[in-house]
Amino acid sequence: MDTNKNLYTILYATGMVVIVAVVLAFASSLLKERQQRNVEIERKQMILRSVHLAADANTVEDKDSYIEQEYAKFITDSSITEGERQLTLYICKIESGERFYVIPLHGVGLWGPVWGYISLKGDFNSVYGATFDHKSETPGLGAEITTTEFSGQFENKRIFDEKGDYVSVQVVKGGAKEGNYHQVDAISGGTITSKAVEDMLFKNIREYMNFFSENLKAAQERALEKARADEQAAFEAELKAKAFADSVANAEKQQRYRAYLKRQQEAGNN
Amino acid sequence: MSNKKIFIEPLFRNNPVTVLVLGICSALAVTVKLEPALVMALSVTVVTGFSSMIVSLIRNTIPNRIRIIVQLVVVAMLVILVDQLLKAYAYEVSKQLSVFVGLIITNCIIMGRIEAFALANKPIPSLIDGLANGLGYGIILVVVAFFRELLGSGTVMGIQVIPNAIYIKNGGFYENNGLMILPPMALILVGLFIWVQRSITKELIEKK
Repeated sequence: MDTNKNLYTILYATGMVVIVAVVLAFASSLLKERQQRNVEIERKQMILRSVHLAADANTVEDKDSYIEQEYAKFITDSSITEGERQLTLYICKIESGERFYVIPLHGVGLWGPVWGYISLKGDFNSVYGATFDHKSETPGLGAEITTTEFSGQFENKRIFDEKGDYVSVQVVKGGAKEGNYHQVDAISGGTITSKAVEDMLFKNIREYMNFFSENLKAAQERALEKARADEQAAFEAELKAKAFADSVANAEKQQRYRAYLKRQQEAGNN
Repeated sequence: MSNKKIFIEPLFRNNPVTVLVLGICSALAVTVKLEPALVMALSVTVVTGFSSMIVSLIRNTIPNRIRIIVQLVVVAMLVILVDQLLKAYAYEVSKQLSVFVGLIITNCIIMGRIEAFALANKPIPSLIDGLANGLGYGIILVVVAFFRELLGSGTVMGIQVIPNAIYIKNGGFYENNGLMILPPMALILVGLFIWVQRSITKELIEKK
């Protein structure tokens, strides 16, 4: 057969492409479920890491189910409506009853997307933890944002300044000032990625402003109410204690009186 | 050439990395740690082996004018399959290898072996040739990765082997060599291997 004819070449190319496409489509549909599960597990692990949970996941034998389990135990998926948009928010409730609010972050790095999660304490100001990841930042440089040395710096930083203005957390080239609540060190040689993280934090957290102020107000009200309730309870307890003391005193008086009567009676009998 | 010789040659005497100097790019990139290097070696071996075999099977039907394209499609298909399998069953590793799995397509060893061997030989010898070349590449990758991980991070396969106590931060005298983690050091190591190999097999040295 002459394999150099035009018609043969075209038919060959077409046939080959169709066969390859079928093979790949088949493989893709076969593996899709497992792949999506991996992505899902990774997402959950990142969220858990941002609130310092499941840190030992990589040493556990059955990592997948361990993460699923921990996630189900501590994290609630939630969302808030902001105008026409739905913002995702994860609420973490740990054993002591304390709540942390995990905000998903999405940004643009040097070579591709960067993303992460940051968790805030109940005051919607202090950072509890953060974790970052990236698609294709330079290894050794921008890719260092995934390390705990970088993400650990965010702990206990604050996103509002003393006046209550939103400032987010800056990633500072050349090193953050000692004791500054709004700065962390950038990565040497990874300035663009560092700035991308800063930008991502600023923009993503800003979306939640209304939610923060509403909840802060609610939290303050709750705190006030609790204080009032405590006061009331204290007052009632005091009243109760007083009443109890009175009743004890009364009982004593009565007892003494009865004893007195008894003595009188005995004296009379004698 | 006997099948045995086809298999032995690329492992040392005709090693694709140190003798033919092919596939250097990925050899520099994925050898920081041993685990991704092993996975990369395995992936490349699978792809070279099977792409050589498939091309050899259809070698008499391939229209000469679109020869390279047909080879590329076969290689690309295998690489995508490997990538998908890694994503499903070795997700962490596939993340570390990231773009390099996709770039197996551009690994010169694969196309080189198809053009030089598979197009002119039967499927079984082609499969052996492909696998052996992948292994030859893999051996260098694993050895380089072993030294880079040991000296650069103090670990092997992620397990700490250099005792923690001797590190400067724990009051000792030792510090990991930061240069080892960077790509240039891989190039220097490969260079050292080439030197060692040429001192052993003198006939590799070009005549002046």
